[in-house]
Amino acid sequence: MATSIIERPKEKFAQTQRKDLWWLEPLVYFVGLSCFLGYATWAAFQGKNYEWGPYLSPFYSPLITVKWWNLSPAFLILWVPAGFRATCYYYRKAYYRSFFMDPPACAVSEGCKKYSGETNFPLILQNIHRYFLIGATVLLCFLWSDVIKAFNFNGHFGVGMGTMVLFANTFLLSMYSLSCHSFRHLIGGYKDGFKCGFQHDSYKGVSCLNEHHMFWAWTSLFMVGFADFYVRMLAMGIWMDIRLL
Amino acid sequence: MTTCTLKKEEKSPHSSDDLKSKIVTLKIFRGDKNGGSEVEYKVPVEEGMVVLDAVHYVQRSIAPDLAVRWNCKAAKCGSCSAEVNGKPRLMCKSRLDDFDLSKEIKVYPMKSFPIIKDLACDVSWNYEVNKKITPFTPKPNTDWTMSQRDIDRVQEFRKCIECFACQNVCHVIRDHDLKPKFAGPRFFVRVAGLEMHPLDAADRLEALKNDMGIGFCNITKCCTEVCPEDIHITDNAIIPLKERVVDRFYDPLKMIFRKLFKER
Repeated sequence: MATSIIERPKEKFAQTQRKDLWWLEPLVYFVGLSCFLGYATWAAFQGKNYEWGPYLSPFYSPLITVKWWNLSPAFLILWVPAGFRATCYYYRKAYYRSFFMDPPACAVSEGCKKYSGETNFPLILQNIHRYFLIGATVLLCFLWSDVIKAFNFNGHFGVGMGTMVLFANTFLLSMYSLSCHSFRHLIGGYKDGFKCGFQHDSYKGVSCLNEHHMFWAWTSLFMVGFADFYVRMLAMGIWMDIRLL
Repeated sequence: MTTCTLKKEEKSPHSSDDLKSKIVTLKIFRGDKNGGSEVEYKVPVEEGMVVLDAVHYVQRSIAPDLAVRWNCKAAKCGSCSAEVNGKPRLMCKSRLDDFDLSKEIKVYPMKSFPIIKDLACDVSWNYEVNKKITPFTPKPNTDWTMSQRDIDRVQEFRKCIECFACQNVCHVIRDHDLKPKFAGPRFFVRVAGLEMHPLDAADRLEALKNDMGIGFCNITKCCTEVCPEDIHITDNAIIPLKERVVDRFYDPLKMIFRKLFKER
């Protein structure tokens, strides 16, 4: 019954026997991350149109204006969340696959022989993720403060569409931080046994959030970009804020 | 070649009418460590058939010399790992009606291990790695009492059936062939089960970093994607171990703390 003979070839880059759309996932990652990086870089360089009324863009929060800094104030802030996301265990998967093609997808050949993983500089710096988590948590306090300020319209309580956007952004960023693998480790993952039920329950709760870390990573990434865009459009007079209350 | 006959009452949601008289084309790798070739076989499809059934049909009816390793046919022994249409999986857990039967199905041996013959691979390297892991070492004078909340995490790792699909798909082994320096996801799961055990006293972190090469893992999660037991290998075993390695070797504050208080 043997009908054809084909020698098993040596695999080159992107060679695979997979018949599904394996390239779609890294392509989506590439497009999504590139769009965000492009927009965030552009918005950071602008150095203007980052606040309107009670709203402040999350890219510029907390707003630090000092004389010796001539660049956009966003750059004093953004290295923290950028470092947090760059060293994030989920994003590592996303960009190793889509940008480094290491590997492009499971069981798809890389065609590359040199590899040291995260054992050498600079990728060994991925190990300081927990410190970026601490920095991002500090920034979150400022973002929640911005949300509270966004309810204050000239001394009167109010709710605008911008308030909802800033609230949603900060909520999603908080969920992203709470579902972080390093946070899960710090809250109980480092232990072999839990002394009390509360610690175990906390660990279980964070583990539950951690299962959806990818969801929180993407939704918070989209929302933080949209929050800046919304405030920027208001500041530029492109659209008007809708007052809900 | 026999023709499949099905009773009308045995209709499945996957339209058994379509399966009647359906012939699937299997392209199976035949060869050994010196090389081989892809050989095409026509197999009649029956309802509920898995890829291993089709391979068994070939072995029984067409090519009795076809080598294939299998045991339980219930996704519990981990013997029948192979690459079906390029994806590492258990042949006994790969239903034919999940594939487009109008197209050929390719069945190859695991790429990361030396081929003995046809679909049978030499996976003995894995057992050598396993021997190097410090086994369970109970704390002195342990009273052997554990609470369920302390062993929840460890129990997930006990599901491993050692099919080595994760070892096969891991690009550190598959593409870069770093076998001497890198233990692979299966053994990170085993070490995680020991390190997180509430009654274990051994320290494997230094071996994990230096001998087992956990730093080579770049968290691309392919091991988790192919695990037939649905063990969250990356999230629940490898990343927690990486964090423990960071505690010991890369966290400057923890290192200072240990120096000050003479802790390990």
